[in-house]
Amino acid sequence: MNKTASMERKRIHSERMRLVKRYRVLLLMMIPAMVYYAVFHYAPMYGVLLAFKDYKLTEGIVGSPWAGWKHFEAIFSDGYFYTILKNTLIISLYKLVFGFPIPILFALLMSEIASAKYKKLVQTVSYLPHFMSWVVLGGIFFTVFSLEGPVNSIVKLMGGDPVLFLADDRYFRSILVATSIYQGFGWGSIIYFAAITNIDPQLHEAAIMDGAGRFQRMFRISIPMLAPVIAIMLILSMSGILDAGFDQIFNMYNVKVYRVADIIDTYVYRKGLLEMNYSYATAVGLFKSAVALVLIVVVNQIVKRLGGRDHALW
Amino acid sequence: MINVKKSSGDRVVDAVLYAAMAVIMIITLYPFWTQVVISLDGAGVGGTAYASGLVLWPKELTLASYKLAFDFAELWTGYGNTILRTLIGVLLSVFFTALTSYPLAKRDLPFNGAFTGIILFTMLFGGGLIPTYLLIKELNMINTLWVLVIPGMIGAFNVLIMRNFFRGIPEELEESARVDGAGYARIFFQIVIPLSKPVLATIALWVGVGHWNAWFDAMIYVSDPDKQVLQVILRKIVIQNDMSDINNVINSIGKATAFSGRQLQSTVIMFSIIPMLIVYPFIQKYFVKGVMIGAIKG
Repeated sequence: MNKTASMERKRIHSERMRLVKRYRVLLLMMIPAMVYYAVFHYAPMYGVLLAFKDYKLTEGIVGSPWAGWKHFEAIFSDGYFYTILKNTLIISLYKLVFGFPIPILFALLMSEIASAKYKKLVQTVSYLPHFMSWVVLGGIFFTVFSLEGPVNSIVKLMGGDPVLFLADDRYFRSILVATSIYQGFGWGSIIYFAAITNIDPQLHEAAIMDGAGRFQRMFRISIPMLAPVIAIMLILSMSGILDAGFDQIFNMYNVKVYRVADIIDTYVYRKGLLEMNYSYATAVGLFKSAVALVLIVVVNQIVKRLGGRDHALW
Repeated sequence: MINVKKSSGDRVVDAVLYAAMAVIMIITLYPFWTQVVISLDGAGVGGTAYASGLVLWPKELTLASYKLAFDFAELWTGYGNTILRTLIGVLLSVFFTALTSYPLAKRDLPFNGAFTGIILFTMLFGGGLIPTYLLIKELNMINTLWVLVIPGMIGAFNVLIMRNFFRGIPEELEESARVDGAGYARIFFQIVIPLSKPVLATIALWVGVGHWNAWFDAMIYVSDPDKQVLQVILRKIVIQNDMSDINNVINSIGKATAFSGRQLQSTVIMFSIIPMLIVYPFIQKYFVKGVMIGAIKG
């Protein structure tokens, strides 16, 4: 028994040596990537140790003295941390609740357009904001929501008083949600649109024979056929719940709306890079990464359980 | 789909649908249009007024603010640096992503599982902002072009996409080349790369647009004004509302207070997005294809 096992091991070993020899050039090709990942990805991962140290500029990450869980205790006993955690979750959930269905609806409506040219035009226009940075979009929205801007003109037309929307914490989150939908609805519809296009046309033909109207076909064919994709996209989006949209918020927020708009990522930036509270900021960041890691592992398991192997990440 | 005679009810639904889509297009384009109008509107010249409210068309067409933007050297510096980072970034990314993906396409490559695992794990967990920042500082990469192109050079997701594409190349092509005595390096450069133009183009465009729009890395790692990229210069003017540099230009050509702040900002926005607006219609289909490749794993 033992003998065959060791012979088997030897055989595997020699087979592996043969492959190493055969693929030696390919193994050499992997070296740049492995060095790159070691330096730019795994070294920073090692750097999260900073969260458990008191960073001294002169000592570097390795030489700085240990601080134990001090920074985490400070974070969890700081009321402001709960504000940013709450903001992160609220903004994310709002974006999910209001932003998730819109690309689906848009794709369904688009699939009803008969003219291929018009469809192409609508698609091309709707993807445009996705190709702009939030610096550009933020700049544009400053105009759109300014006191003299078009939104306030409409408010005035309807008899209201102009509002300084981007400095008003009653409106700021809604604006974040609306502008994030603006940026992403067209792009987000691609996957649903493709799923609708892939539906077997015979299903529609048979339904038409049976006298089904287009609304009936939408509700009885298109939407049920989309359901698996929708379910999987919804679950996958759960793993990003702590990403409330740094680029967008960072380019649109200001001190007046911190109370409702400051999120984990913006807080880490200010604490770390502006106030140079490196260890504390690393600890906040690590909290986020750790939760995100757990979320994505759980979400991936759920997707696989539901039979979405094609969409599972691993 | 088969042709069905449309009932009048259907035609009404169609009309509503087309109109709704037209409204969606207008809503999408209007914010951009406000910038066009404000930047071109002569009403702003000589006073603080500029096109305001529900702007539709410039009251008095002028290119004065665009002339000013042309004289604003900082913008051209930004353009130069953005173009440089985009070109070098794309070349490096595409080359090293391909170089990494090709070995991983061989299912029996020794340690393939380990390599893939090392790469994919970075999609799930990372050191975060501060450790990365301190590392870049310790590597003395601050204020170099390299800090903009190397830290994000090989994306795990792009490796996956390219690896899957390489796996679709017929084995026989490589085998016959090997029989003829070609090594893997030669096969990679002379067979695999030429056959993979579609995926290389997709990744190149993907990375390219990313570089064109990137601002955060340049904002935190580049302080030298001569090395700054367009997006950060734009950010300073339109987001941080810092007009000091552009006012210096205005003063130097003796046209002080001829422009309203918002007109200058709109002009700078237009000035920086025109290239994207021009190429966008041609490149977006490759992106759409990319989304589809990415959504379905091989």
